[in-house]
Amino acid sequence: MSISLFYFIAFLSIFFALLVIFSKNPVHSVLYLIVTFFTLTIHYVLLNAQFLAIVNFIVYMGAIMVLFLFVLMLLNLNENREASKSTLIKMIGVIAGMCLIVTLVGSVKALHVSDPLILKTQDLGLVKNLGKVLFSKFLLPFELSSLLLLSAMVGAVLLAKRDIKKA
Amino acid sequence: MEIAFVIEKFILITVIFSVSLGVAAYSTLAERKIAGYLQDRVGPSRAGWGGMFQPLADGLKMFFKEEIIPAESSKTLFILGPSLALLTACIGSAVIPWGQEILIADRLVSLQVTDVNVGILYIFGVVSLGVYGIMIGGWASNNKFSLMGAVRAASQSISYEIPMGLSIIALLLSTNTLSMKEIAEQQHGANWNILYQPLGFLIFLVCSFAETNRTPFDLPECETELVGGYHTEYSGFKMGAFMFAEYLNMFLASAVMSTLYFGGYNYPGMDWVNDMTGPTIGPLIGMGVLFLKIFVFIFFFMWVRWTVPRFRYDQLMNLGWKILIPLAIANIVITGIVITIVDKL
Repeated sequence: MSISLFYFIAFLSIFFALLVIFSKNPVHSVLYLIVTFFTLTIHYVLLNAQFLAIVNFIVYMGAIMVLFLFVLMLLNLNENREASKSTLIKMIGVIAGMCLIVTLVGSVKALHVSDPLILKTQDLGLVKNLGKVLFSKFLLPFELSSLLLLSAMVGAVLLAKRDIKKA
Repeated sequence: MEIAFVIEKFILITVIFSVSLGVAAYSTLAERKIAGYLQDRVGPSRAGWGGMFQPLADGLKMFFKEEIIPAESSKTLFILGPSLALLTACIGSAVIPWGQEILIADRLVSLQVTDVNVGILYIFGVVSLGVYGIMIGGWASNNKFSLMGAVRAASQSISYEIPMGLSIIALLLSTNTLSMKEIAEQQHGANWNILYQPLGFLIFLVCSFAETNRTPFDLPECETELVGGYHTEYSGFKMGAFMFAEYLNMFLASAVMSTLYFGGYNYPGMDWVNDMTGPTIGPLIGMGVLFLKIFVFIFFFMWVRWTVPRFRYDQLMNLGWKILIPLAIANIVITGIVITIVDKL
């Protein structure tokens, strides 16, 4: 039951991820990306990581993708306004994509399949346990990443402010 | 046992759905009646006794109107918009505890659809998803006014989610749990969270006005500037779906505020009443109390709508970013300090 459910959801994830790339309209792409993120949320729930699932839901689906959609709607791009790309750029794109595939295939071949991971405690993903681990074992990386986010935020505010003064 | 569980949840979900839809339908009548009262006129009074069948008449009218889908619009998305708005408004009530465990035919039945251990965050997620319906609908209409309304809705919703989340963090510091059930249980009797988090509640209240697009924050559908805002191009039942979603959201916001800050189904002297009435009637009275609180909040929403004029857009943004967010952060710091001192004593 659980395995077949996993394969079904995994299929949906890949299917919608492909639709993101293949749809011509950028707004449709973003909507498919939102659905992809939703399937990822279901994956987290299947892994019993409720907190991660809901954070993925709020942050990626509820905040970041809204901003994506916001910008795209303001630009209001559509098929016929997309600049036509020259043959040279298309060729470069094909070559770069092929290089990526070769690298990926090579790295997958070089990897060894790890033993299946069995969770010692089933409720590892619940808020309480996650919080305890974050604030004891992984305190330093946690605080460092928060500093990183803060500096990015200050940088963004600084960039926006400078523009106003010039104008 | 398993089948009984499924049937019990199925009945509960059906009842909650129909009750919230009924409340939303009669909110439309209540809104017009209250508007009439505040403006010293009668309000709708023709359909049925005192206008009792007005929501029914409105619904029928919506169904029989012509559905217009503008040419040049993206048809799938145009239909998806109102559907999504209605869907996200409906699924939020799943984690709200409507009462204590109730004894029906020798079985203890929980009056909550599901007790997710991240219940508050779930509601927060559903709220943040609600803006997609408006955005998709506004964009798919292929109309400049609709697009402006959608863009306004998105930026307003994102701006006010931040102070809302911060005010919830302060609440979590004092309750120590994310589960709605435990939060409701902690407020037994008159031990309501509003006593510990008055500032947090005020911030949450203002933000929920903004998140439900109610006046004074109804800029996404500001008639004087945007014709009708994001639903300018909508007609018939799709327009009705948007309107209905707004009232459902108001019901949900009222239920959440009652549960988080005003004790949910708890009321002073509930132990005595439970002893007197037994384990079947007692929880029902608690449920009635919760609905009373919800109706008071809904009345408050309407009262504000017909009292306070609409904000200007820059005022809205200033209030969100320069007043509410610093206040919410100060609230977190103060709560943290007080909890540390109380723990030390």
